[in-house]
Amino acid sequence: MTLAVHTPYTVPIGFMDALQVTLLVLVAAGATAVVLIRRHVQQVLVLSIYGVLLAVLFFAFQAPDVTLSELTVGAVALPVILLLTLAKIRKREE
Amino acid sequence: MEYFPFVVVAWILAVGLYGVVTSRHLVHQIICLIVVQSSTYVLLLGVGYVTGAVAPYYFDVPNHTPAVDPVVQALALTDVVVEAAVTALLLSFAIQAHKRFGTLDPQELASLKG
Amino acid sequence: MTPAQRRWVFGLAVAGLAAFYLWGLSGLPGFGDYPGPYGFAVLHLAVQQTNATGIVSAINFEYRGFDTVGEEFILFAAAAGTAVVLRRLRGERERSPVDQAADHEGPPTSGAVRMLALLFTGPVIVMGWWLATHAQTNPSGGFQGGVILATAFVLVYLAGEFLVFKRFSPVALTDAVEAAGAGGFAAVGVAAVPMGVAFLTNYLPLGQTPGAVSSSGTIALISFFVGLEVGAAFILIIGELLEQTLLIRQGDR
Repeated sequence: MTLAVHTPYTVPIGFMDALQVTLLVLVAAGATAVVLIRRHVQQVLVLSIYGVLLAVLFFAFQAPDVTLSELTVGAVALPVILLLTLAKIRKREE
Repeated sequence: MEYFPFVVVAWILAVGLYGVVTSRHLVHQIICLIVVQSSTYVLLLGVGYVTGAVAPYYFDVPNHTPAVDPVVQALALTDVVVEAAVTALLLSFAIQAHKRFGTLDPQELASLKG
Repeated sequence: MTPAQRRWVFGLAVAGLAAFYLWGLSGLPGFGDYPGPYGFAVLHLAVQQTNATGIVSAINFEYRGFDTVGEEFILFAAAAGTAVVLRRLRGERERSPVDQAADHEGPPTSGAVRMLALLFTGPVIVMGWWLATHAQTNPSGGFQGGVILATAFVLVYLAGEFLVFKRFSPVALTDAVEAAGAGGFAAVGVAAVPMGVAFLTNYLPLGQTPGAVSSSGTIALISFFVGLEVGAAFILIIGELLEQTLLIRQGDR
């Protein structure tokens, strides 16, 4: 496989590498943050941010379809479902 | 850079498993399960990446431009949406468990006898 | 076992797992040196075989359509399972949504949230619809479009109240739409069998130009059905959870 691509959208390879390494480090930090937070609503919000970070990482991996899926599901649909569950549980506890 | 994404995948898996094992609340456990699932998406996309290639869509780049592997993207794409629905099913089990047993602590739930 | 002991046992186990995992992953070709023949073969052949420029959707709905049928039925089963698990149990009662709307105990929704939700509902529906029907041209497809369509209904709930959400998406209609989506996908595949070809073969005319909306045969049709099903499944799940939170109460009357 050749390394150079002759399309109008080329960026230098080093730039892509640096971007991907940065995003991977951010994703690893985001995953650690999601696990270590114990309060429920804060954890759901950090999960939403983690979903957006993952989506940007997938975009840097040249996968726009997976980016769309992860954005809509991980940043919108899943936190809505989680918040509704938490509301139900909290209502039962009072 | 050769193996750094795979190291990150192993880290996310380990961190998610730590959350599942040491959790004191069922909803926190389910969220850590989501983190473990996300490590597999990164692994799938990392395996199929080709250096210097474009996304596999040929409506604005000429045909036969080198592109990344589209098969793993198709797998990850359906995976993301389906796992969200399965997580919703798990959460509904958590709600009913809370109604039945009054607690959502996995270590207390394990010792209940029906 | 005390929590500290549990942590130690876990630490040993995960160290062993990580060592084996990294040993296995180091046997892969490095990041960026994808050698596999199957991906490159599909990339070379997909555009002239299917007249679709969105290769990922062509793989999802034609080359690996059988796997997508399986995944869609996992989604269907998960939505049905949620509806079954969150039913009204013995010893609970379900308040009518009309009584519940009268005594609002929470703070009222702010005007900014209602206005933004109203403004965005229409464009979000249009975007979800566009994504679900343009699978063969752009990075789009039934799965993403369906989830975005479901999100539009959540915006309706945010802008109004639960009654409005229920009026726009009654359970019987959503059930029927979801079944139509899942059954439609299977029907498109089964309709190929009487023609003498295999299940899920692309039998519709492929069109002239690659990447036009009317090209690529059954891919657009299947993507439309998948969008219907995924959207209806998520609306069902969120509707069930909303009903649980707002309506179902403990105690008989």
